[in-house]
Amino acid sequence: MADLQLEGVVKRFGEVQTIHGIDLDVTHGEFVVFVGPSGCGKSTLLRLIAGLEELSEGDIRIGGESVAHLPAAQRGVAMVFQSYALYPHMTVRENMGFGLRMAKFDKAEIDRRVEEAAAILKLEPLLERRPKALSGGQRQRVAIGRTIVRNPKVFLFDEPLSNLDAELRVQMRVEIAKLHAALGNTMVYVTHDQVEAMTMADKIVVLRDGRIEQVGSPLELYLNPVNEFVAGFIGSPRMNFFECRVLDVADDRLRLELPGDERIDMPADATGLRSGDRVTLGIRPEHILEHDRADIRLAIDVEVVEHLGGSTFVYARHIGGDAITLQVGGLSDIQPKDHRRVSFSRQICQLFDGDGRNISPHKVPGELKDEEPGQAATA
Amino acid sequence: MTANKRLKTLGWYLVLAGLGYLFLFPLLFMIVSSFKPESAIFTDLYSLRAILPVGELTLDNYQGVFDKSRIGHYFLNSLLITGGTVVMGLFVNSLLAFSLSRLEWRGQKLILSAVIALMIIPLEAVVVPMLLLVSQLPSLGWEEGRLVLEGSWMNTRHVQMLPFVANAFFIFLFYQFFRDIPKDFDEAAKLDGASPFQIYRHIIVPMSGPVFATVAILHFMVMWNQYLWPIMAVQSEAARPVMPGIQIFFGRETKWGEIFAYASFITLPVLVVFMIFQKRFVRSLAGAGIKG
Repeated sequence: MADLQLEGVVKRFGEVQTIHGIDLDVTHGEFVVFVGPSGCGKSTLLRLIAGLEELSEGDIRIGGESVAHLPAAQRGVAMVFQSYALYPHMTVRENMGFGLRMAKFDKAEIDRRVEEAAAILKLEPLLERRPKALSGGQRQRVAIGRTIVRNPKVFLFDEPLSNLDAELRVQMRVEIAKLHAALGNTMVYVTHDQVEAMTMADKIVVLRDGRIEQVGSPLELYLNPVNEFVAGFIGSPRMNFFECRVLDVADDRLRLELPGDERIDMPADATGLRSGDRVTLGIRPEHILEHDRADIRLAIDVEVVEHLGGSTFVYARHIGGDAITLQVGGLSDIQPKDHRRVSFSRQICQLFDGDGRNISPHKVPGELKDEEPGQAATA
Repeated sequence: MTANKRLKTLGWYLVLAGLGYLFLFPLLFMIVSSFKPESAIFTDLYSLRAILPVGELTLDNYQGVFDKSRIGHYFLNSLLITGGTVVMGLFVNSLLAFSLSRLEWRGQKLILSAVIALMIIPLEAVVVPMLLLVSQLPSLGWEEGRLVLEGSWMNTRHVQMLPFVANAFFIFLFYQFFRDIPKDFDEAAKLDGASPFQIYRHIIVPMSGPVFATVAILHFMVMWNQYLWPIMAVQSEAARPVMPGIQIFFGRETKWGEIFAYASFITLPVLVVFMIFQKRFVRSLAGAGIKG
């Protein structure tokens, strides 16, 4: 078993503190994705686990054992770099076997392990080639192969797909997921791409400014973001936000004034709120419906329409002047310069207080019904 | 091609040929004259014949060189001194550059500035104190089957090597090249369990062929052409390299043919080395690794 635990992890570079006390438990076999905007500390955190950066405070345990003071090579981790970092003067075989060679394995054992990993990744025909003679996807596979041969307790991936084109990225995403299923090791994966995070993770860790904003399953983060930041970061296209004024407060209910004077009642945890306060209403583009039969209605002016075939992105402005994005069905007849009335269900909305904290009721997947099947499910 | 363009091209060729002639002249003059009898050198001096192998050609000058001087011995000394210094230099200079560019330690910046500052101090400025220093340094010797401590470093081969192994300029060249190699390689190797020296040996050195070739060739030329220092530190025949060896031909009767023969002979290795390495040398100078 190779659980991974971070306890009060702090990292300072000189005077500047970039990681502010992170606690995290990863159970054996989990696929964890660190996600966040650039500069949020996700790569630093990965490098701390790898042992490429020295911990300023706190502890890191792998399989119950503290590794904070162990050199990188003795932590039982292996890492795939964003640049792949394949040694250009070595063949694929030598690249993959280098770690074992450093660990003084005998040649037969190195060959056996390299060939085993090559078989998993279908690299056998490429073993005698140099990295220069490989395509981007092949290099990526060699970089992964190099980690497999070392049979690590924890795999670390530092934005491994960001140098690949879109098609290859999807393909490699699936391959890494398959690999995880086949090997069953703990994997920690860093990306700024929330689609990668959503599709691959058992558990997503959203980071901002060196702090954890939220930890949870992809769907949990999607349905119940703890704050406005996570709500905006998870999901594509981005969630729409509207600033509203609180008109009236009951215990579990707020009466709000939307921009454009529409008044609505919203279920919410209203503690601490008073009438006149500002709150933010969030609604995902895919949850806005093209008709006005749902309970919250908006009038919009359509500006740009993008037909993706399977779905349509509509960029519009609503009466209050805010930009709004809709994701509607692929066969929608919506046109630029249309004036439309659209609507959405209050069940699926998010509501954030002045500090950005989510105050809408907890949502459970089974209890929400898609108003129009086939439309809302195209995330 | 229009006539105008053709004329322009022709003009350029003439300019380039003229420049080529200008730069090649001393070399051609030296080589050609080494095959001519003394009298012919002077009669040909003011005509184009000076750089053409025409008239009576002879190997007498070369014969004279081998008869009068121990050129073979000097040559061997130079080879040992140059070869030894270059090999040690490649190791020492690249290792310091590796440490400066890829490792982290206290005082690193200070050492780097010191190395850069050292580049501007010419040998001539420190040569006298250096001579005093080496004259007082004891060295190990082998006499009559016993290890003995000898009085000074004067008149040895190693006095011509050790002061020139470390070289600020070469350290800087290595530093520049290493700095441009992505750190990911070091980190990948570190995760693979490589020690800093193993990273140097297995990762950085194999990736740095061009800069090693450049430094080897430059260091070779510096060492092969050493003149001032051997004159000061070496009086004995035993440790004398080729360059100071030319002195014996300037005497009561100076024979220019023999001087040219000697000079041609000792220029040869430099040309050979350059030809072997020039491809990598040019690539390295043209590449991103070395600026300025």
